[in-house]
Amino acid sequence: MSLFGFSLRPRRPKSAQTAKDRLQILLAHERRDGSDGPDYLPMLQADILAVIRKYTKIKEDDVDIRMERNDDISSLEINIEIPSEGPEKSIASALPGRRMKSRG
Amino acid sequence: MTQLKDKAPLGKVIVITSGKGGVGKTTSAAAIAAALAKRGHKTVVIDFDVGLRNLDMIMGCERRVVFDFINVIQGEARLKQALIRDKRLDTLWILPTSQTRDKDALTQEGVEKVLNELKEQFDYIICDSPAGIERGAQLAMYFADEAVVVTNPEVSSVRDSDRVLGLLASKTKRAESEGTEVKAQVLLTRHDQRRIDAGEMMTIEDVLEILAVPLLGVIPESPAILRASNVGMPVVLDEPSAAGRSYETAVARLLGEDVDMHMEGEKRPGFFSRLFGASA
Ligand SMILES: Nc1ncnc2c1ncn2[C@@H]1O[C@H](COP(=O)(O)OP(=O)(O)OP(=O)(O)O)[C@@H](O)[C@H]1O
Ligand SMILES: [Mg+2]
Repeated sequence: MSLFGFSLRPRRPKSAQTAKDRLQILLAHERRDGSDGPDYLPMLQADILAVIRKYTKIKEDDVDIRMERNDDISSLEINIEIPSEGPEKSIASALPGRRMKSRG
Repeated sequence: MTQLKDKAPLGKVIVITSGKGGVGKTTSAAAIAAALAKRGHKTVVIDFDVGLRNLDMIMGCERRVVFDFINVIQGEARLKQALIRDKRLDTLWILPTSQTRDKDALTQEGVEKVLNELKEQFDYIICDSPAGIERGAQLAMYFADEAVVVTNPEVSSVRDSDRVLGLLASKTKRAESEGTEVKAQVLLTRHDQRRIDAGEMMTIEDVLEILAVPLLGVIPESPAILRASNVGMPVVLDEPSAAGRSYETAVARLLGEDVDMHMEGEKRPGFFSRLFGASA
């Protein structure tokens, strides 16, 4: 990109700016949600487990919720491992990497 | 290291403690854990500083915390769900703590249960202790096999380290019920040769003479530490630096390797051989 006729060489961002950016994102989330992320996550997880169990047997460890907070959007990644039973061995996991986006 | 893979994990618990606040425990816990993981040892670093979570920032995983140590202790989440895998090293994991609860959320039984579960999966379990000598700090050290006492060459830090060494010798599981010792070593951090030369700061020899425990390593005062924390990298994974190399050397010694401690920026190479030549 060129500004005033000379081009700005891509420069490694200064680490202090990185620090500020990281803090702003983190603190915005902490002030809103309390610091430990949305507190509905444990309940959401329990509900998901209950729903899946209506159809198949899974262990508690088979539901994995991961979150990544970003500037304006956070993504929630829910992985559910469904053990393959009998002949249908190929179904190792259902909904792989399905993402729920929540506006942040 | 590859041979280790088939064996049961080592399951060694190492507490990083100090008594005094702000001496470099979290910086050291992150660097030591990352250096162990870099060498191929499956390592987890746990934040025991309940209510003042900071390890996640130093490790650069703050945006990925969902469940934490306290959730696991209180049965609200499984250990597997609270463990965060480092994005740079696949042998490194972080167990963050809660930012909202207080130290009373830690129970001895809860901590023991989590540590036992971790021992089945990890070679090294690094516990980042909170400052002080109260409940949080005591629980961080209680189940330790080894301790790294982080000390600055400064009067209140040395005094507090001495106090902590006393607790390690009496208020730990090894001391209380097993009649064995927690192996304690001092890690001298924020070492500033210029100020020592100017007579403003105690020397390594001064500190060791007072504390009378082995020296694990010396970490220089370094701008690389601030840079690494700004970007969320343990200093041994960031750009090469004297501080990073000093942590790598300390970890080699922690693993029992007979490496010479040469000080980064040290102009008198004979100095360390004088200190350690005889004891090794
Ligand atoms: N070798 C070093 N050189 C320069 N700065 C350092 C060094 N070690 C630690 N620091 C700085 O000292 C401050 C405290 O470090 P750190 O958070 O690791 O200490 P701590 O013992 O964990 O503190 P607390 O008792 O609050 O948990 C940080 O700003 C860190 O960047
Ligand atoms: Mg700390």
